[in-house]
Amino acid sequence: MQQPERHAGRRLVAGIPALWLAVFFLIPFLIVLKISFSEARLAIPPYAPLITWLHGLPIPSIHLSSYAYLFTDPLYLRSYLYSIMVAAVSTLICLALGYPMAYAIARAGEAWRSFLLMLIVLPFWTSFLLRVYAWIGLLQNDGLVNSVLLRLDLIHHPVTLLQTNFSLYIGIVYSYLPFMILPLYANLEKHDTALLEAAADLGARPLTAFLRVTLPQSLPGIAAGSLLVFIPAVGEYVIPTLLGRTDQIMIGRMLSDEFFDNRDWPVASGVAILILLLLVVPIVLLQRVERRERIAGSAP
Amino acid sequence: MRQRGVFSRAALVLGLVFLYVPILSMIVYSFNNSRLVTVWDAAHSPTLKWYGVLFSDGQVLDAAWLSLRVAVCAATVSTILGILAGTALARFGAFRGRSLLVGMTTAPIVMPEVISGLSLLLLFVALQQAIGWPRGMGALTITLAHISFCMAYVTVVIQSRLAGFDESLEEAAQDLGARPAKVFWRITLPLILPAVLAGWLLAFTLSWDDLVISQFVAGPGSSTLPMVIFSKVRLGVSPDVNALATLMVSVVASGVVVVTLWMRHQQRRRERDAQLAAAANL
Repeated sequence: MQQPERHAGRRLVAGIPALWLAVFFLIPFLIVLKISFSEARLAIPPYAPLITWLHGLPIPSIHLSSYAYLFTDPLYLRSYLYSIMVAAVSTLICLALGYPMAYAIARAGEAWRSFLLMLIVLPFWTSFLLRVYAWIGLLQNDGLVNSVLLRLDLIHHPVTLLQTNFSLYIGIVYSYLPFMILPLYANLEKHDTALLEAAADLGARPLTAFLRVTLPQSLPGIAAGSLLVFIPAVGEYVIPTLLGRTDQIMIGRMLSDEFFDNRDWPVASGVAILILLLLVVPIVLLQRVERRERIAGSAP
Repeated sequence: MRQRGVFSRAALVLGLVFLYVPILSMIVYSFNNSRLVTVWDAAHSPTLKWYGVLFSDGQVLDAAWLSLRVAVCAATVSTILGILAGTALARFGAFRGRSLLVGMTTAPIVMPEVISGLSLLLLFVALQQAIGWPRGMGALTITLAHISFCMAYVTVVIQSRLAGFDESLEEAAQDLGARPAKVFWRITLPLILPAVLAGWLLAFTLSWDDLVISQFVAGPGSSTLPMVIFSKVRLGVSPDVNALATLMVSVVASGVVVVTLWMRHQQRRRERDAQLAAAANL
């Protein structure tokens, strides 16, 4: 008797959020895709419709002009490649710094562990923008870093640190480090230390045991953390605007400039589609890794 | 073994210093008298001057009020939607469209913000043309945009909490004849309450801090607090922003400490109850 009513209830519970996300997440992408194939024009909104009606007949007017523009102007290609490089290098630095940190937390005593985790998560709760802004004060010519270096006699003139690749990497690593540490910790914490003891009993040196036992087991954590850093870093806008180079801008900034400064909606949409194409594979990979980690985590 | 322990611990300490030095520097310099942010004016510091400047800045106060209203609305609606989605994903087993729902709830988390912002603005423009709603860009469009990315985070929090305990209690209530809605209100919701609270706070913070998406959908008339901060700091360092940062950090830090202590207290009480129950059974 209850079955049909229950089904209706379930359909509602799953249906409402699904409908919301369809309207505010899925459909917007289709609109972006549509506008990327239209032509810019001086109007409100500033793009031509894809289909015009002539004597009751639909006339499609699909333009590839924005893509043609994106692929022929070397500025865009350079910016695209630069963004990939910045994201990749930042991911590697996060991994190099985050792995030993996650390892130390996972091996710390019970009481310390939750406290250390709180310290890692706490910055995440405070404004991202303000934490990036703090680095301007630290890295500018008369900033803290330069004055400490001058005081220590390591340098004799202030070094330009702001608006360089260095400050850009600092900003990205600083902002995304917790995203690397948390999945790594979740993975490392589950490891059975008996395996390491067995390796030691069999005569493996600590480094060998780490390379042969711990590292392979932690690969899913490495993958999840790296993807969580890489994907948002590619399209990062705030950090490169505040800390990055002025002569080489990242693709997220490019999109924003096209949209706000040039008011070229089709080209901005085309940039968005190209970023998405780049990120489709990493996003699908991330969902795979997370699902596998969840299944592994729920096993007793 | 020992040596690697030392190495990883050193990395941990260094990493924590790296995470906290910028925050501490903002706090220290917020009490500095000098307008040059990096020169410590020992004669006249510490001072609360910049806090005064901050509180007499009407633009900042207006923006903070708008951000607060948007964040409360966005957090509340996204928590409700997140509870629904999290329940569906954790409790309904396999259903048609499940993988689509999984995809739509995880993708917004990693989606570069410029793309989300652009796509939402284009949606609002298209809706305006088609049905005349929403009228103009402002608090409403910012709130709608925030709900969409916040609910993805809440869903993950709720779903992992639901996956963390088994369904036996819910099944027992159902076997005793409780309707699904009653089971949810009387059993499931009290059990996931800490996750609901955590999800709401997370959504509030994300909405309160969001800059990029708001910038796309805000329209010319309305500015959220991050938008005002961003336009200030693009011109260089300004000391009243340090004061603002200090206030925000203190609120968050005390909030997190209180919630952590409360949760630990709850955990202890639950463990004690379990022990008592076990003892009674003997």
